[in-house]
Amino acid sequence: MSTDAILSFEEAMEKYDPVLGFEVHVELNTKTKMFSSAPNVFGDEPNTNVNEVDLGMPGVLPVVNKTAVESSIKIGLALNCKIAESCRFARKNYFYPDTPKNFQTSQYDEPIAYDGYLDIELSDGTVFRVEIERAHMEEDAGKLTHMGGATGRIQGADYSLVDYNRSGVPLVEIVTKPIEGAGSRAPELAKAYVAAVREIVKNLGVSDAKMERGNVRCDANVSLRPHGRERFGIRSETKNVNSLRAVEHAVRYEIQRHAAVLDSGEPVIQETRHWHEDTRTTTSGRAKSDADDYRYFPEPDLVPVLASREWVEELRATLPEPPAARRKRLQADWGYSDLEFRDVVNAGVMDSIEETIAAGASASVARKWWMGEIVGRAKTADVDPSELGVTPETIVELNKLVEGGKINNKMASQVLEGVLAGEGTPAEIVEKRGLAVVSDDGPLLEAIDAALAAQPDVAEKIRSGKLQAIGAIVGGVMKATRGQADAGRVKELILEKLGVEG
Amino acid sequence: MAAINRDDVAHLARLAHIEMSAEELDRMAGELAVIVDSVKSVSEAAGDDVPATSHPIPLNNVFREDVVGHTFTAEQALSGAPDSFEGRFKVPAILDED
Repeated sequence: MSTDAILSFEEAMEKYDPVLGFEVHVELNTKTKMFSSAPNVFGDEPNTNVNEVDLGMPGVLPVVNKTAVESSIKIGLALNCKIAESCRFARKNYFYPDTPKNFQTSQYDEPIAYDGYLDIELSDGTVFRVEIERAHMEEDAGKLTHMGGATGRIQGADYSLVDYNRSGVPLVEIVTKPIEGAGSRAPELAKAYVAAVREIVKNLGVSDAKMERGNVRCDANVSLRPHGRERFGIRSETKNVNSLRAVEHAVRYEIQRHAAVLDSGEPVIQETRHWHEDTRTTTSGRAKSDADDYRYFPEPDLVPVLASREWVEELRATLPEPPAARRKRLQADWGYSDLEFRDVVNAGVMDSIEETIAAGASASVARKWWMGEIVGRAKTADVDPSELGVTPETIVELNKLVEGGKINNKMASQVLEGVLAGEGTPAEIVEKRGLAVVSDDGPLLEAIDAALAAQPDVAEKIRSGKLQAIGAIVGGVMKATRGQADAGRVKELILEKLGVEG
Repeated sequence: MAAINRDDVAHLARLAHIEMSAEELDRMAGELAVIVDSVKSVSEAAGDDVPATSHPIPLNNVFREDVVGHTFTAEQALSGAPDSFEGRFKVPAILDED
């Protein structure tokens, strides 16, 4: 397979203006399918979550899943869309083994939601408005596995195996209007947009929103035009872009590829491109042709869906706080700086911090623990911080032990280790491991005397008011007590001993 | 007379996966034109005040509660399949599409 020429991203941006468009498919997490009562479950034995409707047997009738319609309306509302008072389903006709009916039941000219927008915040705080053209209801197709051949791709495959468990799973397809004006931030915007949609459907509770399972899938449209020209260039549609990172990379790559094609004087071919994560490139799929002549017509087996305004308002009342608004509120409540808050969000510990504060910790204590000790351990263990096994209660208890002078920070880390190893509660671990700080002043005073005697020049400095020198004495005491002393108390005792005001 | 030419018929035949001979294409072009004209007469009868309809009975919001019902076993699902392998339908590899 030949490699396409590309320009550097910088050069592409100098010469051309990118226009983007996205189709994001969201699998709903209803208990049953869109048009049949078969279970909507991921990962079961092939062809066991199917009945006659999913297999497209002659004479069967689909019946619409009410919960799926409600989830679709909620998605529409969360995307600031209008909800159609009346809408219909339509048949999208095509022959391919992923649908046993030879058509996909979808919506065509009457989507349930239309004319919305989503404000996307980029990493530097810039807000970019993405207009939503429509969000419509449809059903997912079955899963094909191509067998034989070298790569598992369809090219060179001997035959394909079909599992219809996914067939009929409710989908909402969200289509943007052309996105202009993103410039060199197009790749970042692409990633941020898909992340925002994923966050919204997850927050609504209408989808499991796991991209690695295909719950949220993105097709990315890219075209370029010379700066200053209004008319759009010819676009490519990159399929199979199924991680946030891939969305960013795919848009960037397509911009670079289009720029090279245009520079060569050739027209861009309007076609489907396939994203390859391994090489971070796209390859040509099929050209847009009459294979895309889907001959949509109204689905005669289904009647219109009327969304009364009362029903829509009832659903609107159930919507949770939008994720972006929630972040703003939490940051204000907690008093974190923009940078601190962004780090918290990027580390994926915002929810954990919220729970920890609810359990009784202060905002700064919660952040100290989650962003320090826990994020570090999670990284080492290669899991999400929230999955490490630290509960908000553990942190509250650990912090009480530290603040009460029972243990110091270094010991707290060991106690946390004990909690994660399943040794018990923090208090039990302090007991078992014999970690309590030496709070009896007797041994401390002995150690302080020894440290002062060992460093008479330092003692003199402190006496003469150079208080920053005290660290050397405290260090000596901590060493002598093998870290089991309360550093704050040690400091107090040293000053007392030397007769210096702290 | 509606303009349905031979190329239109060949295009439709390909979309519908129907193999047609040269004579069939010629004959169908003429027949389809007549059929399209006949259907067109409906729009002469219906004025602007008659809304388009996709269903003969004026029903709406026929819904099902989201409750799991019956399923087939894999054996049942595959019982009518021309070919199968390890619980899945086996189909020829289809190139040029995806």
